[in-house]
Amino acid sequence: MADESRNFDVEIITPDRIFYQGQAEMIEFNTTEGEIGVYKNHIPLTTVLSPGIVTITIHGGEEQKRKAAVHTGFAEILGDKVTILAEMAEWPDEIDVDRAKAAMERAKKRLADKRPETDIMRAELALQKSLVRINIKG
Amino acid sequence: MASMRDIKRRRVSIQSTQQITKAMKLVSTVKLQKARVHAEATDPYFRHMYDTVRSILARSGSLDHPYLQKGASDTIAVIVITSNRGLAGGYNSNVVKLITNHPDQFPKDQVELYCVGSKGRDSLERFGYDIAGFNADAVEEPDYMTAAPIIKKVLDRFEAGEIGEIYLAYTHFKNTVTQVPEMMKLLPLEFDEGEIAPEEANLIMNYEPTDTEALDMIIPKYVASIFYGALVEAKASENGARMQAMDSATNNAEEIISDLSLKYNRARQGSITQELTEIIAGAEALA
Repeated sequence: MADESRNFDVEIITPDRIFYQGQAEMIEFNTTEGEIGVYKNHIPLTTVLSPGIVTITIHGGEEQKRKAAVHTGFAEILGDKVTILAEMAEWPDEIDVDRAKAAMERAKKRLADKRPETDIMRAELALQKSLVRINIKG
Repeated sequence: MASMRDIKRRRVSIQSTQQITKAMKLVSTVKLQKARVHAEATDPYFRHMYDTVRSILARSGSLDHPYLQKGASDTIAVIVITSNRGLAGGYNSNVVKLITNHPDQFPKDQVELYCVGSKGRDSLERFGYDIAGFNADAVEEPDYMTAAPIIKKVLDRFEAGEIGEIYLAYTHFKNTVTQVPEMMKLLPLEFDEGEIAPEEANLIMNYEPTDTEALDMIIPKYVASIFYGALVEAKASENGARMQAMDSATNNAEEIISDLSLKYNRARQGSITQELTEIIAGAEALA
């Protein structure tokens, strides 16, 4: 059963809005070092995000999960608070799958036929972003 | 005394100017509402970014990081945010003055200007400053994705050691009637020790990957977000300033019109009286 004392504050903020603000029992996300899951009283940690899905487990009668796609940013984890500052964040219903698929094709093509002027880092990031978008929908 | 026809012509011309300023005031009022909502929506990110970076630095003690130290170069980069259009009172010239009024802090031969908005570029160019970069679109519809590449260019130069310091000149939007031109230091980062609460400083922060790598990634985002926040605020300030300028222009026009109306009526009265006296004098002469 849900226990109030296990909750902590979660804030996800993007330049244009407060994306999510509320309580959670657990939050999972993707960092440059791999996936991590955070419970209350985690050690203070600042970590860099890589494009991925953030899963917020909100306490409640039944377990309730919310997923969102988050691209690049960083997270500050304190014992009772997690703040994610992301450059972009989207709920699944805000994502246009067709656009994401088109972006994926474009990025793949760019990576497949590399030319000296190709910005590989950028293409890889674009590919990652589009994959996250497609994954969260599918 | 000006003839009736001259006064009338002048009054009509001022009336049509007043119509223009009135319309511009209405337009900028609407734009201001929009820009203000946008500025309010961006504010949390801006503030959190500042708080987070500050607390990271407070907890990690003295870090030896290039973003925290003045670069080797003497060159000072200033990012200047102005508007693309005038008729906004002192809005643009106040920002320009932040640079031109401090020649000892920003000597012409050491300053490299990155202008956003054409009004600032034009007048600083006239003052003889070196314009290293220019972008006109970023102030029209500020969005994070157009703001990021502009700041990236300046950051790259800082990292390469070609720039020693980065400043940002913009107009802070305090409220609808007050906009304050501000010069802000972006890099190297400086925080007052006094700002940090002691219990905050005692917490040991961990970093993943390492602290240097994390700061490598976070500080550019911090700078970009401050720049973006400044763009959004500048947009709101521009419309606020224009609204006020157009409001006082409309009021001044009103004053001149009422003054001219009075003069016109006097002139008309005068000419009627004169005609009457002439007729009466003529009738008397005949009698």
